[in-house]
Amino acid sequence: MTAAAVPAASPASTGEQSGVRLARSRRNAELSLLLLAMVLVAAYAAMVEAKALDTITPDFWIPAAALGLVFLGLHLVIRWLAPYADPALLPAVALLNGIGVGFLRRYDLAKATPAEREDLAVFAGTGGRQLAWTLLAVMLAAALLAILRDHRSLSRYAYTLGLAGIVLVMIPAVLPSRFSEINGAKLWIKFGSFFSIQPGEFAKLALLTFFAYYLVRKREVLSLASRRVLGIDFPRGRDLGPVLVVWLISLLVLIFEKDLGTSLLYFGMFVVTLYIATERVSWLLIGLILFFGGAYLAYLLGSTVGGPFANFYDRAQIWLDPFAEPYDRGYQLVQGLLTLGTGGLFGAGPGGGQPALLPEVQTDFIFAGIGEEIGLFGLSALLVIYLLIVERGLRAALAVRDSFGKLLAGGLAFTLGLQVFVIVGGISKLIPLTGQTTPFLSAGGSSLMANWLLIALLLRVSDGARRPVTGAGGPAARPAGGPPEQLHGAPTEVIRP
Amino acid sequence: MPELVITVARFGFLILLWIFVFTVVGVIRRDLFAGARSGRLVAAPRGIGASTGQPGKPAKAKRGRAAHQLVVTAGQLAGTRITLGEAQITIGRAEDSTLVITDDYASARHARLLPRDGQWYVEDLGSTNGTYLDRAKVTGPTPVPLGVPIRIGRTSLELRP
Repeated sequence: MTAAAVPAASPASTGEQSGVRLARSRRNAELSLLLLAMVLVAAYAAMVEAKALDTITPDFWIPAAALGLVFLGLHLVIRWLAPYADPALLPAVALLNGIGVGFLRRYDLAKATPAEREDLAVFAGTGGRQLAWTLLAVMLAAALLAILRDHRSLSRYAYTLGLAGIVLVMIPAVLPSRFSEINGAKLWIKFGSFFSIQPGEFAKLALLTFFAYYLVRKREVLSLASRRVLGIDFPRGRDLGPVLVVWLISLLVLIFEKDLGTSLLYFGMFVVTLYIATERVSWLLIGLILFFGGAYLAYLLGSTVGGPFANFYDRAQIWLDPFAEPYDRGYQLVQGLLTLGTGGLFGAGPGGGQPALLPEVQTDFIFAGIGEEIGLFGLSALLVIYLLIVERGLRAALAVRDSFGKLLAGGLAFTLGLQVFVIVGGISKLIPLTGQTTPFLSAGGSSLMANWLLIALLLRVSDGARRPVTGAGGPAARPAGGPPEQLHGAPTEVIRP
Repeated sequence: MPELVITVARFGFLILLWIFVFTVVGVIRRDLFAGARSGRLVAAPRGIGASTGQPGKPAKAKRGRAAHQLVVTAGQLAGTRITLGEAQITIGRAEDSTLVITDDYASARHARLLPRDGQWYVEDLGSTNGTYLDRAKVTGPTPVPLGVPIRIGRTSLELRP
């Protein structure tokens, strides 16, 4: 009966129709944006040399070209393996990474003696190392795209990844300080004197995958059972369990690894994925109250008891009044603020600053160092680029059809944004300074690799989100028997009596 | 290097940086509109072919009057009305259903109503207690005439013009 009433069309013709209408993979837009980004990176390198060396050496373009080649490689991999991925992500990240490498090279020039400056090898110094790390990180990202053909298969390893994440977080805390402490924060695993990795950066990704998987399974309980107080739905007491556990872990991180930023990052990540999963504002309130309560308690304990809380108390003191001891504890933050101030609105021009005067300019304070040379005008462009990357991530989360993908992409994008907020807020004295890396800019292989993996995941999810829905034959074929996928993406109109 | 060249280059670099930002925004903007068009195009559900008519144009009703409202006639939500558009209506206890029903006999994703060529079809999504059109159990996509009750647990729904 049904077949007679409805003119039946084969699924193949439906797929073809949508394929024709949606065959806008926008890879060419990505390629041209990427070229523009590389032109900017090369221009930056040329201006640095013009200002710092008073001449442009004939091989100023080599680092930019090396970066361009490897990004082009990733672009080709995306064309091949994730053709519908978001076109704005790769160029935006490439520009940030390129500026980072360019600035670190410029920092090497500032430290080098005049004799060394003339012929600085491509892979020499901090900038050269960062260039090498970038090549490696981009290759890792391409490998992840090749291995992970569908982001949903990641949920199969969720518990393994969750365990791995917790182990990675714990390692620096339990290792003796000798092996894990740099500048008062125990976040590293040191091998020898110059090579160290920061496992927390990778733990971030593993934990987030686990959170996304766990919350997809628990979202109904967490969002349906609630009490209504003051117009906000609060969860039942016993459902608070997991959030309390994560809160405790993040506090332990704060105490034993002495790092507010990492602690804030983990906790914020969890609370936001919880919020995305349940759509309950109360989780955000509970999260903020718990975090600020915990941080304030740690501050009070630091001022009275000391011990493991003393470091946090110190940092809070510096934050409250950096100019109290401008040559001692507050030196770094004060220099950072002065550097940003020197930059002013338009900066001293690339190569015109004094990055060697700023401690830790290659890692924590790179944003201040760059700010001195490109000013507020340039810094806000960089911040807008971060914002666009986060926006594209959230957009992929909105568009993707499965709940796990939504939580994963939303959480990843938010984590990236939160990390930028924590470090930029730290150096501009909005929040207490903590040793977070600035994603894609700071020197450091762990951070670079982890963040490129994050981008690869976002590319994968956005590819899944934007891929035209074909019938049963496409790569995004739904599992036979289950309810059709587009149900979850259907516009929702909740109606209550 | 003459100072003038460096100053020009300095500002040129900053302007180029912002040009990059705006180009990215432009790409995203075009992308948003492409995305909006794609949102309407969903794959054909199991058992029903897509309309072979001109895509994009709202199909006209073939016979009788078209349904414009879904009314809950019995159950906890009795009296609720949903204006029917071109989108499908999902019914179940899950929060992301179009019509969230709190009925002990309803499944999380119980059934859905979908329009094809102006005719609405009801389809059971593998619910535990089944969906009934009047007295008959719904097994596949079934056309729903106006005024005939669809029963889900204790809830009863009807299409109205």
